[in-house]
Amino acid sequence: MRTDELIEELSSRAKPVNPFNVELRVAAGLGVGGALAVIAVALWLGIRPDLAQAAATPGFWMKFAFAGAVGVAAMALSCRLGRPGCRVRVLWWVVAAPIMLLAAAAIVQLAGASASERLRLWLGHSWMVCPVRIVVLSAPSFLGMLWAFRQLAPIELRLAGLGAGLAAGAVGASVYALTCEESSVAFLATWYSLGILAVGAIGAVFGPRVLRW
Amino acid sequence: MQDSERRLKALMVRGLDGDAAAHRELLTQLALLLRAYFARRLGSHASDVEDLVQEVLIAVHIRRGTYDRSQPFTAWSYAIARYKLVDHYRRQRIRVTAPIDDVHGLFVDAGDDAATAGGDLERLMAGLPAKQRAAIRHMKLEGLSAAEAAEKLSMSESAVKVSVHRGLRALAARVRGVE
Repeated sequence: MRTDELIEELSSRAKPVNPFNVELRVAAGLGVGGALAVIAVALWLGIRPDLAQAAATPGFWMKFAFAGAVGVAAMALSCRLGRPGCRVRVLWWVVAAPIMLLAAAAIVQLAGASASERLRLWLGHSWMVCPVRIVVLSAPSFLGMLWAFRQLAPIELRLAGLGAGLAAGAVGASVYALTCEESSVAFLATWYSLGILAVGAIGAVFGPRVLRW
Repeated sequence: MQDSERRLKALMVRGLDGDAAAHRELLTQLALLLRAYFARRLGSHASDVEDLVQEVLIAVHIRRGTYDRSQPFTAWSYAIARYKLVDHYRRQRIRVTAPIDDVHGLFVDAGDDAATAGGDLERLMAGLPAKQRAAIRHMKLEGLSAAEAAEKLSMSESAVKVSVHRGLRALAARVRGVE
């Protein structure tokens, strides 16, 4: 096809574009993925039976605040990574900030605890399964992010994969909080962060292959 | 440059609001700029130039929703053009990639700087150790075999290959690393 014919063809299909198209699409991908993960966690692990009582404790909301902060930042980051020519450096720090803050709080918590308590605060009784379950529950959101990115234009595919993975990981972590009964800061700072970062790493590994356009 | 940024951005924004004539005008002007941009970089592969121009126009059209109206249009369109060029190189297995420091390059007038075609590569290569630079020059630019290059540089054949490999990797890293 000749280039001028192509231009005719393309410009005959110049429908108006919503300026928040990118954000809406990323939010839709994460939202649908998160909803599927909620169904999955209810069927697979069961929502914690004491949900109503737990909702009255700060430990319960700390998980959502943490995962939510990482998630919103990683979502904003992903949107910009999907928009060519946008600078993103500051947003990496915004994503890292809640993780680092919680890590600092965990150090304070462990430093103030007695030696016999420390290990319990850090490992809880589910440290071995927590990160793995977060990764599994992040899968639908991660696929949602891949779907969203099909309409975006990521230039740095590895970084875009990392951003998408972190956003999906944060959604997976918030969904996992519906079943997880741990409430120690040190536990969250280690095993929730590890789960989220693992999904980010998976995204970074596969980004260059799956995000090409 | 400032002018074309303002002009093209205005066309883009109108196109995004559904103005088909502005969108056509934008693609037409972009096609000219892209043709010159790719021609400078693919001199000997003229047939690929038009393919790339069309590929970028399609990408610009399909992915125009990713343009953030608060950002420069130049940066957005250049990033797409460069992405497609690097992708093209990768498909061709030419490992030397496009310099990313010349965002202005897309917006100079068509055809006025054929002389700088090789300049970009020279500038990128200037940062490499002499051995790697010489190895790449002999093997990749002059097309010598590893054995011939080894003889010229009085190095072993495998040392030449290693130099080329490291040099290309360093070039690729420099191109990626700047962003």
